[in-house]
Amino acid sequence: MKFLFHFGRYLSLLRLAFQRPEKQSIYFRQIMVEMEKLGLASVGIVAIISVFMGAVLAIQMAFNIDTPLIPSYTIGFVTRQSVELEFAPTIISLILAGKVGSRIASEIGTMRVTEQIDALEIMGINPATFLILPKIVASMIINPFLIMMSMLLAVGGGWLAGIFTGLFPSAEYIYGIQSFFHLYDIFYAIVKTIVFAFIIASVSAYNGYYTKGGALEVGEASTNGVVYSSIAIIFMNLILTQLLLA
Amino acid sequence: MIEGKNISKSFGDRLVLEDVSVSMEKGQTNLIIGQSGMGKTVLLKCLVGLLEVDHGQVFYDDREFSKMSFNEMKEIRQEIGMLFQGGALFDSLTVEENVMFPLTMFTKQTPQEKLDRANFCLSRVNLQNVNKLFPSELSGGMKKRVAIARAISMNPRYLFCDEPNSGLDPQTAHLIDELIKEITIEYNMTTVVVTHDMNSVLEIGEKIYFLYQGKLWWEGTKHNILHTDNAELQAFVFTSELTKRLRPVKGVGG
Ligand SMILES: Nc1ncnc2c1ncn2[C@@H]1O[C@H](COP(=O)(O)OP(=O)(O)OP(=O)(O)O)[C@@H](O)[C@H]1O
Ligand SMILES: [Mg+2]
Repeated sequence: MKFLFHFGRYLSLLRLAFQRPEKQSIYFRQIMVEMEKLGLASVGIVAIISVFMGAVLAIQMAFNIDTPLIPSYTIGFVTRQSVELEFAPTIISLILAGKVGSRIASEIGTMRVTEQIDALEIMGINPATFLILPKIVASMIINPFLIMMSMLLAVGGGWLAGIFTGLFPSAEYIYGIQSFFHLYDIFYAIVKTIVFAFIIASVSAYNGYYTKGGALEVGEASTNGVVYSSIAIIFMNLILTQLLLA
Repeated sequence: MIEGKNISKSFGDRLVLEDVSVSMEKGQTNLIIGQSGMGKTVLLKCLVGLLEVDHGQVFYDDREFSKMSFNEMKEIRQEIGMLFQGGALFDSLTVEENVMFPLTMFTKQTPQEKLDRANFCLSRVNLQNVNKLFPSELSGGMKKRVAIARAISMNPRYLFCDEPNSGLDPQTAHLIDELIKEITIEYNMTTVVVTHDMNSVLEIGEKIYFLYQGKLWWEGTKHNILHTDNAELQAFVFTSELTKRLRPVKGVGG
């Protein structure tokens, strides 16, 4: 019951958000600002996580296929494949749900409890369009770039791991990451990323938008934003994988 | 003119407003007074449509506001200036950007015109050299004054002020009262002020509505409020030492 209530209200908030903005130029500027706040500010954390993730993946592969029957370029291939299909789009999106989602929910939640959203509404501005739409659009534009960067850095991290540990030869790894490459896999990853970006921005905005009370509730909204967008991502991941890879 | 007819509003099973009818005249400062928690802010929010009324209607110069869709309301709202009790300044924008915000959203003015207008509004609330500060860097009273400047930046036809001078020193409070009175006459606005400050009541109370326990308990003007027989209103009016001295002695004066 509660789920249905929230889902219905979420959909009607989205309908409110996807309306013609009052002033196009302001709206485009907002998208730019949000891309910087939500995207550029996440480059650091995405980079660090990706390099280490790729390194660990490659090392684990190396330990697990410690048999001469399987060629060692497999390490490169499997690392690339896991990064491309799952680790970059899904894990990085989950990280972003934590970082960006909490930010969106607490920003909008604070604006709600301090009546800034009411102030927008009173001026004749649609607060949902003004606040939420730029965040959704900005995330959907910038997250694919973050995810592609993550793929490159993770594969690079695997390569570095080989060099530093000496577990597998660098040339073999590089050969591996180039083998059996399908462009469709990248397409699949980008589609997932864009859907997840939509989920992160909209679900956390929803949690902030209907905050009631004060600072305590803003904290709660921020936590809920992260929790529910993560759950939605995991769930959509299953559906999209079925749809796109089946 | 803004009319509220038979407005009732409850939160859950808590009835906050019960069958309240008010009529806010044009070119006048209309006051809503009452103790804390009596529903003044709720009434104001019902009038501007931030809260949906359970029963009753709201009219803006004969346009039925309470029946309008969100997009129809938007048009009237561009003619509304509102000061929230807590200021509600946008904390990501500077003082100057806050005041210019409605102009940026709804006018085609050049940046210089907007800036001039913002400076003019800020000077009317006696604020100088704070243009580049953020709301978090202002005192409570300064925030309030910036919020007033923002509310009047578009020359609204309808002005709503929720406790415009709470948290201000007596001189600034007086200045704000004067300003509200002045611009109301100057632009022939319909002004609604929520207050529990007796100084304001006696100064700008051309029409006064007294709320008590969710009901409209008394209505009148600054001229007859001191002569009221209404016990609850008397208790509200003659609380401080200062106002007690204003109390007319029975049989003397009038
Ligand atoms: N959103 C809300 N949800 C539930 N109850 C509310 C809500 N807003 C106001 N109330 C209740 O309505 C009553 C009237 O509140 P209101 O804010 O109108 O008081 P007020 O007269 O403006 O008081 P003050 O002078 O202290 O600002 C209060 O008892 C408050 O608890
Ligand atoms: Mg109030």
